[in-house]
Amino acid sequence: MREEEGVKDGQDISAKGMEHDPVEHNNSKSKRSSNNYAGIEVREDDLRDGRYMSIRYSARFRYRWDTGIAVGRFLEGLRNGKIVGSRCKVCKRVLVPPRIFCELDFAQVDEWVYVGDTGSVNTYSISYIDKQARRISNPVIVAVIELDGASQGMGIMHLLGEVRPEDVHIGMRVKAVWKSREERRGAITDIMYFKPL
Amino acid sequence: MIPKGERIGIVGVGYAGLADTKVRSAQEPSHTASSTTNTASASTNTTTTTTTPTPTAATSIRYSYKELMFLAARMAYEDAGIVDVRSKDRISFICSTEDFWEGNMISDEYMPDQLGAVLRPLCTVAADGLYGLITGFMQIRSGLVDVAVVEAHSKLSDVVSKKEIARFALDPVYVRGIYPEIDPYFIAGLEMNRFLYETGNSRESCAKVVSKNKGNALANPRACYASSVDISLVLSSPIVAYPLTSMEISSYADASIVVVLASEHKARMLKGSTDGIVWIDGVGWCSDTPWINDRNLADALYASLAAEMAYKMAGIEMDEPSKYIDLAEIDDTFSYKELQHMEALRLCRKGEASRLVEDGCTAMDGYMPVNPSGGSLGVGYLVEATGLHRVLEAVLQLRGMAGSMQVHGARRAVVQSWRGLPTASGAVAILSSNDS
Amino acid sequence: MIIKRKVAVVGAGMTLFRRRMLETGKEMCFEAASMAVESAGVSIRDVDAVVLGSAPDAFDGVHMKGEYLLDGAGAVGKPYTRVFVGGGTGVFAPIAGWWHVASGLFDTCLVVCEEKMSSLHPHPQHAFWGIFDHTLERPLGVNLLWIFALEMRRYMHLYGISEEEIAYVAVKNKRNALDHPCAQLAARITVEDVMRSEPIVWPIKRLDSSPPSDGAAAVLLASEDTARKICKEPVWIDGVGWSIDSAYWTNRELAYPAYLAEAARMAYRMAGIEEPRREIDVAEVYDPFSYKELHHLEGLGLADKGKAAEITVAGITERDGDMPVNPSGGLLGVGNPIAAAGMMKVCEIFWQLSGNAGKRQVKKDARTGLAQAWGDLMQFSSVIIMRS
Repeated sequence: MREEEGVKDGQDISAKGMEHDPVEHNNSKSKRSSNNYAGIEVREDDLRDGRYMSIRYSARFRYRWDTGIAVGRFLEGLRNGKIVGSRCKVCKRVLVPPRIFCELDFAQVDEWVYVGDTGSVNTYSISYIDKQARRISNPVIVAVIELDGASQGMGIMHLLGEVRPEDVHIGMRVKAVWKSREERRGAITDIMYFKPL
Repeated sequence: MIPKGERIGIVGVGYAGLADTKVRSAQEPSHTASSTTNTASASTNTTTTTTTPTPTAATSIRYSYKELMFLAARMAYEDAGIVDVRSKDRISFICSTEDFWEGNMISDEYMPDQLGAVLRPLCTVAADGLYGLITGFMQIRSGLVDVAVVEAHSKLSDVVSKKEIARFALDPVYVRGIYPEIDPYFIAGLEMNRFLYETGNSRESCAKVVSKNKGNALANPRACYASSVDISLVLSSPIVAYPLTSMEISSYADASIVVVLASEHKARMLKGSTDGIVWIDGVGWCSDTPWINDRNLADALYASLAAEMAYKMAGIEMDEPSKYIDLAEIDDTFSYKELQHMEALRLCRKGEASRLVEDGCTAMDGYMPVNPSGGSLGVGYLVEATGLHRVLEAVLQLRGMAGSMQVHGARRAVVQSWRGLPTASGAVAILSSNDS
Repeated sequence: MIIKRKVAVVGAGMTLFRRRMLETGKEMCFEAASMAVESAGVSIRDVDAVVLGSAPDAFDGVHMKGEYLLDGAGAVGKPYTRVFVGGGTGVFAPIAGWWHVASGLFDTCLVVCEEKMSSLHPHPQHAFWGIFDHTLERPLGVNLLWIFALEMRRYMHLYGISEEEIAYVAVKNKRNALDHPCAQLAARITVEDVMRSEPIVWPIKRLDSSPPSDGAAAVLLASEDTARKICKEPVWIDGVGWSIDSAYWTNRELAYPAYLAEAARMAYRMAGIEEPRREIDVAEVYDPFSYKELHHLEGLGLADKGKAAEITVAGITERDGDMPVNPSGGLLGVGNPIAAAGMMKVCEIFWQLSGNAGKRQVKKDARTGLAQAWGDLMQFSSVIIMRS
């Protein structure tokens, strides 16, 4: 707001507008214009040229999640180069990732089993962007992999490697490629990716 | 008043939690020992962080939030007489969560499995658990469902950046800009100062609330911060935001609480009789302005408007609601809040709360016990689960199953919650046992 | 099922949808809410309770953003609740408003949905990183679009649907949006344009997906007595339904939205609808990506499994077709300020059924309409059935 001589507190100053008023600079509709819908668009060049004010705030929150019993076992398994599932006594399904409850029967699950580190591709996609939506030069192949030894349809999400995007197909047989024993820390990234079998 | 036959009852409650050492902060003097530790028996435990998914040495054995929810839900269903929750039709599930406390950007996603809610109606109410209870109440009353399962939890031991998240709730332009590193507790200081100034309530009575609630908590197996403390210790603990001292601030804890509601007809079917059913006689909730500077900081307007709505629904006369109420489980996130909320709920006249506390009227054996459970000061602050935890404590009281905390002859309770800093939002429920 | 009270939509309002708006979230809430209230010929004093719908707090950059937005939504001194079911919020919030009134607790309820996605820099996508499992998925460097692309690929594979067939949805919706005064991405494009647009996460291409947007939309709900007093053309909410599937999404069959079938069953049962294909005159189904419109038509039972593409290519879902779908232009055309986009669909059905959709009015005489939204980890749906 421009500083003005002789303007008293309480006096109506609405007609004076703002020094940097995006409405003056682009042809977007002002509030409740002809079509009766409110909204003033701010464009990339308004931002770039500093035509309106903004406040910056950057936040970074840290968490330290308890993995609990089931995921704790799963991660411990990964550290040992094994994939752990749990088996429901009621529906007999082998659940991966494991949990201490079966969501379909609402029953306690306390039987633990190893499943294979081989499986089939249930579905896949090819990502050309990173998590900030920036384009990346080497696309990433993502897949849901149904593991051998788990019940049908029990997949986990992971990456595919050592394969060209055009060669991937649904139903393709794949195997986990593990980090070395020394590098494994009990994380999903202990498996680097799955490769064609 | 809700006519007989159309009432909605609480038929089951469940709880899972553990007294948490990881969240014990500098606010809590080391001599206040935790009274309970429900540790899980598990063989492995690893912990991860956002940045590096690397397991660190486990310091204690804990359940994940999903596992806590599963245990609480199982207990609540058993209590409610629900043999197989998966076979139920006309059932709805409600969770009360806020994303940043969960560390998930759409926390609703991770709720269904451990409640038995897969392929069932489940929703999240981004509010305190008492709002969740009210949501279930409305869903049943509308005729849409017969049973509503309400869950709320706190897993604050997972959250490292508690202070940063609390600050993130402040208005991004006006308030955060004042001083970037500001501790949101300053708002409590502003409120407390204005409240004491306008009402003439005494500074000492605030400390008395702490001493009373932590003392009450000694009998509560769910309490994490029970102790016998003298008011002089409370008053001499470090000042956090003048006039508020560190011991007048409730400390974080972990728990999951599940409450099962049912229509009167369904409640009788599930329980086989009316024994153990706690009726919801009235509910109310309200929000005051989000502008801290525009609010009347002395009065908890949100609480008085919410209480007015709930009392009216319950047929409780507004001039002296305490005549109808045997105990109160009301918000005590900070010591002065209990006094402020007592007045807002008209459990006493404005400026009288101090006298009631000092005369022992609000003690366990007083004529109007306030927070016999120990409240947030004694049990621990459960963020969005706080209101639902109070419901659980009130239900146990009204069933006569509160053990050594039992308020004799308790038939009707008022439960109230506040959404915490920087909000002016809260809810109220009036609960009663069968024979009231 | 005996519903205690009938509930009507008596007013609707919305703002423009744009990539970035000058108005803050509060200001957008105010604009949409006041338009909804004024269009019903009442004032904010006549509003008994307020429900807010808004998606992740991370967009606005405020923790507990429901509390922050409440004065803009007209909720000061009133009972106020924010509901949140991810992308399903926009259609779920009016369902929450419905039970406020249907339960007999209130005569009127204002429902406001808002999203200010532009606040998050460098890109709103970043907020979605946090929707994945923190221990098992986030370490893989996830992007939200991964899961949709995985679902789309599975859907195409199981039913033998081509990318070209799916592209018809984007062409139709962006064209419909040319008639929507609030639209952000209205355009006349061809199937070839969609196919040529760059892949973001294959098989999803740029023109297959909706943009990030700022915007708000609102409706005013009233009980039967109140509605008849204040409104000439109330539109009744006759059915509501919602359902959630397992969070273990890699354990589910992604080709068919079972959760939506459940939500639809609940809503159809309440509305007494037995043959949705004959009884639903106009549908606003959730279309953040072009394949989702097809997926959802199948979940709603408005098309056979794997056959929604066929009826789309045949023109049945055009505005002048037998079963118009997304006559508004949908999320692909009007824009996708998450919760506000779902609410925009409810507004559209209100305007269609009350004959106030102007250039967008469907050709057939529409008496029964449906709005649907979808969210969380591809696991939640909300459905609302309205009748004039």
